[in-house]
Amino acid sequence: MKLSRSLRSFIWGATGCTLAIIYIPLLLIALYAFNDSRNQTWPIVGFTLKWVGEALTNPGARDAVILSVQVGLFATGVALILGSLLAFAVHGYRFFGRNTVSFLVILPIALPGVVTGIALNATFRNLFGGLSLFTLVIGHATFCIVVVYNNVVARLRRTPGDFAEASADLGAGPWQTFRHVTFPLIRSALLAGGLLAFALSFDEIIVTTFTAGANQTLPIWIFSNISRPNQLPIVNAVALFVILLSAIPVYLAQRVSGDAVSFAERR
Amino acid sequence: MAPSVPLPPGFANRIARTISRHSKLRLIALLTPPLGWLVVLYLGSLGVLLAAAFWHYDSDITFSITKTFSLENFQQLLADPTYRTIAVRTIIIASLVTVTDAIIAFPIAFAMSKMAGPRLKAVLGVAVLMPLWTSYLVKILAWRLILSAGGVLNGVLRPFHLSGPGFGDVAVYLVLAYIWLPYMILPLAAGFERVPNSLIEASSDLGARTWATFRRVVLPLVLPGLVAGSIFTFSLTLGDYIAVSQVSSTQFIGSVIYSNQGVSGDLPLAAAFAVVPVIVMLLYLGGARRLGAFEAL
Repeated sequence: MKLSRSLRSFIWGATGCTLAIIYIPLLLIALYAFNDSRNQTWPIVGFTLKWVGEALTNPGARDAVILSVQVGLFATGVALILGSLLAFAVHGYRFFGRNTVSFLVILPIALPGVVTGIALNATFRNLFGGLSLFTLVIGHATFCIVVVYNNVVARLRRTPGDFAEASADLGAGPWQTFRHVTFPLIRSALLAGGLLAFALSFDEIIVTTFTAGANQTLPIWIFSNISRPNQLPIVNAVALFVILLSAIPVYLAQRVSGDAVSFAERR
Repeated sequence: MAPSVPLPPGFANRIARTISRHSKLRLIALLTPPLGWLVVLYLGSLGVLLAAAFWHYDSDITFSITKTFSLENFQQLLADPTYRTIAVRTIIIASLVTVTDAIIAFPIAFAMSKMAGPRLKAVLGVAVLMPLWTSYLVKILAWRLILSAGGVLNGVLRPFHLSGPGFGDVAVYLVLAYIWLPYMILPLAAGFERVPNSLIEASSDLGARTWATFRRVVLPLVLPGLVAGSIFTFSLTLGDYIAVSQVSSTQFIGSVIYSNQGVSGDLPLAAAFAVVPVIVMLLYLGGARRLGAFEAL
């Protein structure tokens, strides 16, 4: 396919415009975080560091961050275990219903979040006796499994041969094989999957509102303050931190495992 | 497979050895925890949701739920034209968002995978990936700053005596198309990545023009990637209620479901309405599977 010069420049031009569309709203948040006025109007008249300072010391926001980190860590831990077990099973064995399993694992993110949310909500309230930190973690872990699973299964697929078998043939026990062969092989995939799962949990709001009960994660804190004009300057500043914070795990995941870029689309 | 040297004694190792010697046992040990979680907790919950769609909610006296079987919730949904309007509005917006994102995604996805050199490719990949993981709420906040009455868009358009669309259905369309765009670009770029350059060259060697090559060689090959991306853009729009509630006052499927949950809510009606996006998505996923989109996910 020979692309004419004008077609090539059209494609590059469209690419530039698309990137501009993607980034301009995020840059606006960065600008408004320093907006001197309480009125969020354009153009911005003056700039201040006041709101950034207030955001850092706001007790509600701080508690919400702490809770979000806790939930994220627990959910990531569960997802790491369940996701990699499932990846080993699907990669290493042929069994009845194998295709259904790979379908089942993406279902929590392929179905609209509101469906997953209300399904868990109905179950927790009718059978588990209400909502708590525990139900919140269960909800998050359910949609985080697929992120870890995808990273590990992709790594296993690209590992040639059966190193575990070779290790066993050379006399290593199952535990030795896991510690010295299998684990180092998937370590960076686990790290990348874990970071992405954490980022996903940290940011999630739809399933969260249905499973959190009285618990306030950071997205819920932002959501409950977004429509209060008084709080909006602080929310803008918090939002800037959230943008920067969510960039870190994704960047790290990309560094530790070059797979992250190609695999994140399967989250 | 079995280790040729005896393992050191010990209970844990004995279990590990038994499991590793028996392939079936090993598979069961691997599958039970994750499948238990997904089947019992997740599918089980979907089952409870489906059952709840048939429960009875007393909206007159007790405001409580009776767990008996009845079709009244579905009858109510079908009888009241408001719900039909809301369902149709949501499906239309979801389709528009999907088509818009597909069109916008094509050039950048093509540039990423077929025109950029290795360094630029990596840079573009990260440039699209980062916003995908940026907080969904933060993006909504940004669009509220843009679309509000005294916001950025009106500020920029004022010198030209124009004004933006304000909050409403158009705003919902713009915001959701913006938020889900990276979910379309990345699978589509991966789809282009899988089209061998040799096929493209062969097509032009055989005399096909650019458009013919694109339509008859490239497009069929990237179709699974395109459908994979559309699963996200369509499904995520179909169930959204937060962006919707922040930039519009009209009702969508998600907002009806959300407003009926909680202690005083009519869970059975919400559950019955949640069946609508589930059926739409199952039809969609079934079609997507036929087109080979699952291999591209």
